[in-house]
Amino acid sequence: MLQAALAHQFAGFRLDVKFAVPQGVTALFGRSGAGKTTVVRAIAGLMRCDRAEVRLGERVLDAGGVHVPPHRRKIGYVFQDARLFPHLTVRQNLLYGQWFSGQRRVGFDDVVALLGLGVLLGRTPVHLSGGEKQRVAIGRALLSDPDLLLLDEPLAALDEAHRAEILPYLEQLRDELRLPMIYVSHALPEVARLATSIVVLETGRLLASGPAADILSDPSLAKVMGLRDAGSVIVARVAKHEPDGLAVLETAGGLVFLPGLAVAVGAALRLRIPAQDVILSRQRPEGLSALNILAAEVVSLTEVEGAAVLVTLRLADQRILARITRRSAAALGLAPGVACFAILKSVAIAGVV
Amino acid sequence: MTGFSPLEWAAIGLSVRVSLWATVLSLPFGIAMAWLLARRRFWGWQVVNALVHLPLVLPPVVTGYLLLLTFGRNGPGGRLLEQLFGMTLAFRWTGAVLAAAVMAFPLMVRAIRLGFEAVDVGLEQAASTLGASPVWVFATVTLPLILPGVIAGSVLAFAKAVGEFGATITFVANIPGETQTLPTAIYALLQVPGQDGTALRLVVVSLVIAMAALIASELLARAVQRRIGGR
Repeated sequence: MLQAALAHQFAGFRLDVKFAVPQGVTALFGRSGAGKTTVVRAIAGLMRCDRAEVRLGERVLDAGGVHVPPHRRKIGYVFQDARLFPHLTVRQNLLYGQWFSGQRRVGFDDVVALLGLGVLLGRTPVHLSGGEKQRVAIGRALLSDPDLLLLDEPLAALDEAHRAEILPYLEQLRDELRLPMIYVSHALPEVARLATSIVVLETGRLLASGPAADILSDPSLAKVMGLRDAGSVIVARVAKHEPDGLAVLETAGGLVFLPGLAVAVGAALRLRIPAQDVILSRQRPEGLSALNILAAEVVSLTEVEGAAVLVTLRLADQRILARITRRSAAALGLAPGVACFAILKSVAIAGVV
Repeated sequence: MTGFSPLEWAAIGLSVRVSLWATVLSLPFGIAMAWLLARRRFWGWQVVNALVHLPLVLPPVVTGYLLLLTFGRNGPGGRLLEQLFGMTLAFRWTGAVLAAAVMAFPLMVRAIRLGFEAVDVGLEQAASTLGASPVWVFATVTLPLILPGVIAGSVLAFAKAVGEFGATITFVANIPGETQTLPTAIYALLQVPGQDGTALRLVVVSLVIAMAALIASELLARAVQRRIGGR
């Protein structure tokens, strides 16, 4: 577990944050200029803050007069721009960290297999695509035997296709290695897929931190995190596969049907429900093509800019967000405690639990 | 035209020996100075930078005279070397090495400094997060990446040292067999009527050495670039 308290005065910008990072993937979320990269650079020891207290497990990395230099921190860092050594082959890049770390918890062959690097080993970095470079950079960081892995927007420089290529690898890392990770991003769909907890920064300050599902379904954070991308994550269990190709999932609010799902019965999934793709109805709707209709109860209504309002809904112990117009909310008479039905226009699988 | 006289051989041999020593001995200092000028900003940076470049703009005779004042038998540097190592520079071939090294130093530093400035500091940071101490970062990342600059700087320095005339003749004179290098030998021959032919042979030798150095550096730089750039 990482604990960090950082304060630094830049020209016209002050960073002052304090947070803890539990096991799993913690997303460091914020718009550009929020101070995300500064925070990870300080944690890695690449920059010195005016005041810094950083502890990783039992080890004190920064405190009072202590400042452990980067090479003794055992913190892996995947940079936005990969930063592979151009004079070394992929294999030599991967092995670079092992010259300096004594033991190794993950084997070379395992990392090569996990990230699909086998065919790249003999090449030099100039012959790799952006996505391949980033996979090698992740492997190189893993093989330096870190206690914590920092990923600073590793997908930001990639196009949509290459992002889609890397995300599954990152999910596998999260699920197969017990290595805490800090994932810097300003892309909500990515965060929803990867993060188990989220730290939200705004202009150098900590806005919120907590489990991913709580943060994603907090209407007061939706404005900061981007209203267009706002959406909550709920947990569902695969109940059965129907002969017509639909999988039936059980959620706290009822059944959800999804096509083309290759996950075994009994598995638990995380589903992401974009707030703008939820339609509300006071009665169970009839004669509608939508399949996924969940019974819910209104918890609160939050005013957001323009004509919209964010409705927080409760499905047993889980929460989802719906973005509707203020006019509709008034017409439906929505208020805390009112029962209603949520019609889901789209549901995305955010990952296997 | 074939056989060189013993004195000609001595001049050729001495030129190559002086230039090689001057290049090799100034290389560590050249790398250190280039690093200092490329990576550090400190009080007095301008002064250090100007001092390094001084031999490039001063008349070589002035540099040679300053060397004579400092490292001559009665100069402070000369006396120190005499007492500590029993070493004399003035009017010896070792002095020619010093003169050549001083004159070539700015060229070497400039080329290596360009190399440092071309290295992405981000790569060095990446190496440190992978566990490499500053010394290891320098040895395994920085040094391989500045190698083209080091080669270019060394060749420039070698070529400058082979051609060095003014400071050498002022500091160590033109003693056949001891301090007479190719340029000073050619100069001496040209002072004597009827020796133009001999002078011309040494001019050809100078040309061959210069061409060989340039071609060797080009081949070396290309090999290094292949390794670094993967091309």
